[in-house]
Amino acid sequence: MSIVLETRQVTKNFGGLMAVNRVDLVVPERAIASVIGPNGAGKTTFFNCVSGFYTPEEGQIEFQGQSLVGVPPYQIARAGIARTYQNIRLFPAMTALENILVGRHSRLKTGLIGAIVRPSAAVREEQTASQYALELLDLVGLMGEANTLARNLPYGDQRRLEVARALANDPTLLMLDEPTAGMNPQETRDMMAFILRIRDEFSLTILLIEHDMRVVMGVSDQVSVLDYGVKIAEGTPAEVQANPIVIEAYLGRPTE
Amino acid sequence: MRSRFVTTLFERIRSDVPAMQWFLRGLTGLLIIALLVIPLIPFQQQALWVRVIGYTGLYIVLGLGLNVILGFGGLLHLGFVTFYAIGAYTYAILASDLFGYHLSFWVVLPLAATLAAFTGILLGIPVLRTRGDYLAIITLGFGEITRILITNLRSLTKGSQGIIGIDDPVLFGVTFDSGTHYYYLIFAFAIFVIFITTRLSNSRVGRAWNAMREDEDVARMTGINTGHYKLLAFAVGGFIGGLAGVIFAAWQGSIFPDNFNLFVSINVLCLIIIGGVGSIPGVIVGALALIALPDILRQFSEYRLLIFGLLLVIMMILRPAGFLPSKRLQIELGQAREDPPPDNAASTTGGKAS
Repeated sequence: MSIVLETRQVTKNFGGLMAVNRVDLVVPERAIASVIGPNGAGKTTFFNCVSGFYTPEEGQIEFQGQSLVGVPPYQIARAGIARTYQNIRLFPAMTALENILVGRHSRLKTGLIGAIVRPSAAVREEQTASQYALELLDLVGLMGEANTLARNLPYGDQRRLEVARALANDPTLLMLDEPTAGMNPQETRDMMAFILRIRDEFSLTILLIEHDMRVVMGVSDQVSVLDYGVKIAEGTPAEVQANPIVIEAYLGRPTE
Repeated sequence: MRSRFVTTLFERIRSDVPAMQWFLRGLTGLLIIALLVIPLIPFQQQALWVRVIGYTGLYIVLGLGLNVILGFGGLLHLGFVTFYAIGAYTYAILASDLFGYHLSFWVVLPLAATLAAFTGILLGIPVLRTRGDYLAIITLGFGEITRILITNLRSLTKGSQGIIGIDDPVLFGVTFDSGTHYYYLIFAFAIFVIFITTRLSNSRVGRAWNAMREDEDVARMTGINTGHYKLLAFAVGGFIGGLAGVIFAAWQGSIFPDNFNLFVSINVLCLIIIGGVGSIPGVIVGALALIALPDILRQFSEYRLLIFGLLLVIMMILRPAGFLPSKRLQIELGQAREDPPPDNAASTTGGKAS
C-alpha cells in the first residue's frame, strides 16, 4: 500500500512556543488516521502546516512523494488536499451551491475571457460543475438548500456543507478538523457512518482531528497522540487506549 | 424610526415572484426605450437632460469598474481616478493637435484601456499583501500621485494648461460632434460594461472573487490563487476606468489635471456604497442619486445641498446597505484586522442570520 502523506520532524513554533515539535506521521493510502490530543496540543497547527497556511521551520512534508513545504496553499489544494475547519469557515454570504462550486475551483478552467464570451465549452463546464455540486449537496443531505445562503443554514448543515465543499475538490487526502464538534450523539454517529462512506465512495485517505473518543475509536485505522506539540504515542485505537502515557496525558484527565 | 412601508416595498421588489420579475423586466425595457428616445423628441431643457444623463452614464461605467475591484474583489481602492486619467490622457495625447497624432478613437480606445489595465496590475503588485485600511491609504496615494504627475509632466501633458482640441470619434463617416452623439456612445458603452460585469459576476471568476472577499485564507486553501485574482480585479477595473476616461476626453474636447482630482474617486466610491456594494443595478441607482440628481436639482441651487444631505440621511436610516444591495452585502470595508489563523478564529458564519 502506497503512502499518501508523510511528515518528518515537522516543527512549527510561535515565538518560542513549540506548537508542533518534530512530528513524524505516515498515512497510508485509504487509511483513516486520527490525530488526538488535549486542547492546545498542536493538532490544528499541524493541519495548517500540511495545508500550507503555515510553513514549518523544520522538517519535511511529502504528499504522494512531492514536498509541500513552501508550496502556496492554493497549489496544495490543487494537488489534491482538501480540508474542513474546527470553527466552520464557509463563505457565509454565498449560497450552499456556490460554496461547493468554489470548492471545485481548481478542477475548472474558465478564465476571464471564457467568463465574458461564454463559449460552449465554458457553458458546458459550468453545467457539469453545477450538476456535480447538486449531487454533492444531495450526498450530504442538503438537496433543498442549494440557494440558501450558507450563514442561514443550521449549524449541523453548515458542518456537512463544509465537507461537501472539500469533496468538490476531488481530493486524495481529506483533512477533517473536529467534524463532530458540537454535535449530539445521534448526529455524531451519523457523521461517523458518513466518514466511512465517503472514504469508500471517493477512495479517500482521511486525516482526522477529533476529541470525541467514540469517533476516534470507531473509525480510525491508526491514532497518533500529540501533547505539547510532541507526538507521544501512535498505534491502533486499542494500543493507544491502553498506553499509560496516553492515559496520563489525555484520556485520564477528567477535565477533558 | 424605520418606515415599515418603504422597507416592505423594497423587500417586495426584491422578491423572487415570477410576476414581479416580469414586471421588473418590463420596467427595465421601458426605461431603456425612454432613454433611447429622450434625445430625439424635443422638449424644454433637452440639451441639459441629454448632458446630465450622459454624464450619469459615464459615472455608471466608472462605478461598474470600481465595483469589480471593491464589490467583487473586496479591495478598497481609493485611487480609481488613476485609471480614468490614464484613459483620458492617452486619448488626448494620441488624438489631438498637441503632438499632431490623430489616431482613430477606435484604435486608441482599446489601447488606452489596456494601458490602464496594466497600470492596475503594476500598482497592484506591491499592495498584494496589504488589506483593508492599508490598501485604501496606498491607493489613495496613487490617485493623488497621478494628478500631481499629470500636472508636472508638462512636456507630455502641458500641465495645468491642459490639452485642448481633442478629436471627436468618427464612426461610419459620422463625426461625433453633438451631445446627442455622445449620449448614444456612452449609452452603448454602459450597456457593454453592464453586460461584461454581469457575466463575470456569474462565473467561476466572479465566484473566486466573492470567496476571496469573504474569507481570503480559506479561499487560498480551497484552491484559489488569490494574488492572481486580486491583480485580475485591478486589471478589469482599470480597463473599465480607462474606457470611461477615453470617452470623457473625447466628449469634453479638452482635459485638465483638475478633472482628475480626489473627488472623482470619492464620488465613484460613494455612488457604489449608496447603490449597494457589489450590486450592478445598485451602481446605476447610485449614479442616478449621486450624479444625476444634484445636476437636476441645480435649478434649486440654494436648496440643493440641503435636499442632497437629507436624502443621504434618509438613505442611511432606511437602507444602510444601499438602495439595491447585492445578494451578499457582507463587504467589510474596514477589514484591517489580519484574519486569525483557522484554528482559533471565531466562527464567522454562525448566528448572523438576517
